[in-house]
Amino acid sequence: MAERNGMVEKRGSGLWLTHLGLIIGVAFIFFPIWLAFIASTVDQQDIVRPPMPLLPGDKLFENYGRALVSGVNAPVATMLLNSLVMALGIAIGKIAISLLSAFAIVYFRFPGRKVFFWLIFLTLMLPVEVRIVPTFEVIANFGMLNSYSGLILPLIASATATFLFRQFFMTVPDELAEAARVDGARPMRFFFDILLPMSRTNIAALFVILFIYGWNQYLWPLLITTDPEMNTIVMGIKQMFPSGDDFAHWPTIMATSILAMIPPVIVVIGMQRLFIRGLVESEK
Amino acid sequence: MATLKLDNVKKSFGKTDVIHGVSIDVNDGEFIVIVGPSGCGKSTLLRMVAGLETVTSGEVQIGGKVVNDVEPMDRDIAMVFQNYALYPHMSVFDNMAYGLKIAKVSKDEISERVQTAAKLLQLEPYLQRKPRELSGGQRQRVAMGRAIVRKPAVFLFDEPLSNLDAKLRVQMRLEIKALQRELGVTSLYVTHDQVEAMTLADRMIVMNAGVADQIGAPLDVYANPATEFVAGFIGSPPTNFIDASLVDGQSGRIGVRPEHIELSDTGRITATVGYAEALGAETLVHLRASDGSQITVRQDAALPIPGEGETRGLSWADENIMRFDASGLRQ
Repeated sequence: MAERNGMVEKRGSGLWLTHLGLIIGVAFIFFPIWLAFIASTVDQQDIVRPPMPLLPGDKLFENYGRALVSGVNAPVATMLLNSLVMALGIAIGKIAISLLSAFAIVYFRFPGRKVFFWLIFLTLMLPVEVRIVPTFEVIANFGMLNSYSGLILPLIASATATFLFRQFFMTVPDELAEAARVDGARPMRFFFDILLPMSRTNIAALFVILFIYGWNQYLWPLLITTDPEMNTIVMGIKQMFPSGDDFAHWPTIMATSILAMIPPVIVVIGMQRLFIRGLVESEK
Repeated sequence: MATLKLDNVKKSFGKTDVIHGVSIDVNDGEFIVIVGPSGCGKSTLLRMVAGLETVTSGEVQIGGKVVNDVEPMDRDIAMVFQNYALYPHMSVFDNMAYGLKIAKVSKDEISERVQTAAKLLQLEPYLQRKPRELSGGQRQRVAMGRAIVRKPAVFLFDEPLSNLDAKLRVQMRLEIKALQRELGVTSLYVTHDQVEAMTLADRMIVMNAGVADQIGAPLDVYANPATEFVAGFIGSPPTNFIDASLVDGQSGRIGVRPEHIELSDTGRITATVGYAEALGAETLVHLRASDGSQITVRQDAALPIPGEGETRGLSWADENIMRFDASGLRQ
């Protein structure tokens, strides 16, 4: 009973203290976002003249409307669309390619199977930034600058996802593949009918991670898109910053920042249930 | 329904020979059990019939056709796996229907065949459930249902009962036997459990280290084991082996089944009583012979149980002696 008493005691002050600590932590993290939101609802004058207001102003629709329709260099709506296409393209492309390559590596015996796996694995150690110059060269020679394919293709090959699916496929019992073979399923049929539905939670978890990865790409779009119409939102925000003595319209920039945050948040919240299941549960 | 013929079938993995040539003619509708200890190659043999392993040499014929190079799906077989291998994301109905769907059987016929199989296996209330919502015995039934709906020429069972608890195993054993009788499909059944082999088989193949030591009807095999291995493997508790020199001065060993030995004051040999296991209907008395070998005697529960450390004589009738030479072959 002593232990239980201890727990009851914690329910009193301890519980409140824990909650207080957490609330302060959340407020601390959330404060800059709140400031950004405030800044996106007021006038330029309110921002540049200290102190900064802490409550929303009345220019919310005006600022967001201006950002979406005209922006600074390009309309934010266009940039959002570009980012969406890029993030979706990268996430879906990566998942498709890694599923197939993991399928090949795990279920087929072909010469050089191990070598290929380790080659793929090796690229884990080479992030975009390391191979960015040769990649740029290749994309430029293909004439893919300022295009969606240029934005998406170089980022699609993914060692991480291939590795993840490989590990998952290896936990699928061999008998399942054999049962499907006896049932008359050819390899691709087995892949689509059995393996794919079984990996759906993994796919969902990866989709969330990869969507955000694609959405947050900064350096690559900065390099290969010179046309403002092809800017993505994350690099676009930076492009809005004034250089030198230029004048910057901070409310528009802040509205853009808030807008840039919304899609990843929607994806995370929308797929939260699947995402967590994919990370913790191994359904076999 | 069809006959099955193995003709000197061999298998090697790399340089290791795992099956050294097995031949058998299986009649239409016959239930054949392949039994042996783990690692004897019995599962490999079954998988070669299924087409999941290639045949190194020899021939596998199903219904008179050589199927060595035929894909599993085209061999007209159905297989039940040890861990059931049900598709986890599909309902029981879909699990059973999958093979038929691939074979492009019409929807009505699929539904009819699955319903029939479900009725046969008492699975009707569970058709919409997922495999993980079923008990072990029910999963086992689904796996069998999946085999039945395909109406194959040959059923292949790969240790289908070894994941079940003892009680369920006995029940499912009876069900499998009844089902096979009813459907009359030629069946090949792999197990390491000699009781399953004895009860299910029309004929059984006793495998030992890649060799079929003996092929025959269960009671024949029990009464007339061809090798020392078979005598020791079939029957529980196993056959006692005693050095012939101890008994009558000849070479080799003699085997006597526990139920054929009687404890007496004087006998062919004497042994010291170790301990006795009273099982209710019978008592197993474990003794140690003068050369140290273990001897088990199975006697009726009504007979007196000898005390530990006593020296008793062991006697048995001449017709119950099985003589084996040094290489383990029956003499």
